[in-house]
Amino acid sequence: MGQPPPAVEESGVVTNHKSAKQPSQRGTEEPPLVKWLLILVALGFCFVFLLLPLANVFVQALSKGWAYYAAALSSPDSLAAIGLTLLVAAISVPLNVLFGLAAAWAIAKFEFTGKSMLITLIDLPFSISPVVAGLMFVVLFGLQGLLGPWLDARDLKVIFAVPGIVLVTVFVTFPFVARELIPVMQATGSEQEQAALTLGANGWQTFWHVTLPSVKWGLLYGIILCNARAMGEFGAVSVVSGHITGKTDTMPLRVEKLYNEYDAPAAFAVASLLVVLALLTLAIKIFMERRQARKELS
Amino acid sequence: MSIELRNVIKRFGDVAAVNDVSISVKEGELMALLGPSGCGKTTVLRMIAGLEMPTSGDIFIRGNRVNDVSVQRRNIGFVFQNYALFKNMTVSSNIAFGLKIKKWNRADIRGRVAELLGLFGLEGLDRRYPHQLSGGQRQRVAIARALASQPSVLLLDEPFGAVDAKIREELREWLVTLHHDLNVTTLFVTHDQEEALEVSNRIVIFSRGVLEQVGTPREVYEQPANEFVARFVGAMNVLELQVTNGVARAGELEFPASGLADGQKLRIGFRPYAVQISSDLTQYRYHAILRHTFFLGVLLRVELELPSGLSVRARMTKEEYAHQALEQGREVSFQIRQYRVLAKETAPLPPERDLSYQPSPAIGENI
Repeated sequence: MGQPPPAVEESGVVTNHKSAKQPSQRGTEEPPLVKWLLILVALGFCFVFLLLPLANVFVQALSKGWAYYAAALSSPDSLAAIGLTLLVAAISVPLNVLFGLAAAWAIAKFEFTGKSMLITLIDLPFSISPVVAGLMFVVLFGLQGLLGPWLDARDLKVIFAVPGIVLVTVFVTFPFVARELIPVMQATGSEQEQAALTLGANGWQTFWHVTLPSVKWGLLYGIILCNARAMGEFGAVSVVSGHITGKTDTMPLRVEKLYNEYDAPAAFAVASLLVVLALLTLAIKIFMERRQARKELS
Repeated sequence: MSIELRNVIKRFGDVAAVNDVSISVKEGELMALLGPSGCGKTTVLRMIAGLEMPTSGDIFIRGNRVNDVSVQRRNIGFVFQNYALFKNMTVSSNIAFGLKIKKWNRADIRGRVAELLGLFGLEGLDRRYPHQLSGGQRQRVAIARALASQPSVLLLDEPFGAVDAKIREELREWLVTLHHDLNVTTLFVTHDQEEALEVSNRIVIFSRGVLEQVGTPREVYEQPANEFVARFVGAMNVLELQVTNGVARAGELEFPASGLADGQKLRIGFRPYAVQISSDLTQYRYHAILRHTFFLGVLLRVELELPSGLSVRARMTKEEYAHQALEQGREVSFQIRQYRVLAKETAPLPPERDLSYQPSPAIGENI
């Protein structure tokens, strides 16, 4: 009678054995070696594919010394490219902010037929190759294109000119602001706006005092991403710009041209500017994410 | 009249969310719009505010037809179910928002905000943001914001829906006190009949977009206009009976029904408090087992199970329960003091929520 069922004793022994062998506190079973191996692979990959090339840009840019670097950047053609890049960004980013706000507002606050269609359309520029995007505009506005003769008759130049570059940049950066805003606006709902209306605010006051502040961070984030892409876009711009040095070369196009002319240090000098821009964008993004996280915690 | 609705209809597509509703709310009244969810009560409130437009019918605020007046100009205070406080603004900025929009001067705004903070017990919270407030505080800020520019009416959508039970109780009392102090015409939407009974001067009861009854809490509770109201307001036992030889029966329970033809079907209802229970088995006519006892505080809810399987809910005080030495599983005797006929048909009976009720004096008022 006094003997316990054997199964209990057996399982008890096994459990003791196991815990004596592996004093791991964690739920998972893989040995530490696997963990370190995975970390090593991830870090190694980042180093070889991200940090090394990035550092190399600066090494190459300065390979002929600071004087050459400064000269490469301050050559009239490079300055023109920098100016054009800033101009294109200065036009296309505000345009897409306007569009992004309008589209996000429409999608988040209203029900209408064709809504899911609109959501899909907003993503279109992401799924089309930039080169194809550029060609689309050439086909539309080029001399052999649909609107080409009409524009030519009025002496309006779109393709191989600044307007074309702006157009393709707007197209390529189309989704960034809207994509960031839609989820934020959907989460906020429209009750705060309705509350503002009941308190006497008109549409513009409601937008300015209630809607805009509530999507502030999402909007800034979208603008940063949009700006980074607007300045960095190569493929689509390359197709429509015509590569006229000093006139229709943006910074990425200028980098390619200098590189093809075997002036690697100058090419890398301009490239380093773009890299600085990218790093700056990243830094602002991290700063803003931290700030928002802090705000949510408090 | 502070608010008046005349033959208001609101359709969403083919569905009439509000169907030919006429209500008048007197100046200074505290009125509840009560009904199950989806009955159109919130739509009524939103139409008064101007957030929805009626498909037809007229809405008047203080005698002026406001159908064509925009939300901004109706001078109403609206409190949303989830308060809809401006997340990016402090408590004072929230309260001051409407005043700034209406271009009050700075000193007046400051004075009014301070006054409301005091009145609503929000002193010291003026610099907080909505996410730093408790549910009850948020609600008070929302009401303060709605009242800041002295609207002619205050409209609240499910004002106690978003806070937990304990605070809800306090807020109800607080709302009654506030209304008493400010005397602003107040209309609030609720699906909780207890809340409506406790808080309001008068109750408007809706179901499926139709107005069922308007009356004081006492009226709708004691003299429900129809079966829906009787069943919706307050707890009620409902029995389906059939008449044989002048007696209407359900299981063991019998009700006199002289003058009614055999085969006639009835539905009757009686409140749990109308059931009298005794541990003395000879005292009352019917016998049952006391199946469950639920403690509700001072009152107890008791469930009786009859031999036929019928179950009857009763309500009694703790003292009486103790005095009778009742306990779960014990056999008791009981009687039904009062009941009302909810529906009377030659078979078949209408579905439970049918509203084509006609009062019938055919069977006796009391047993």
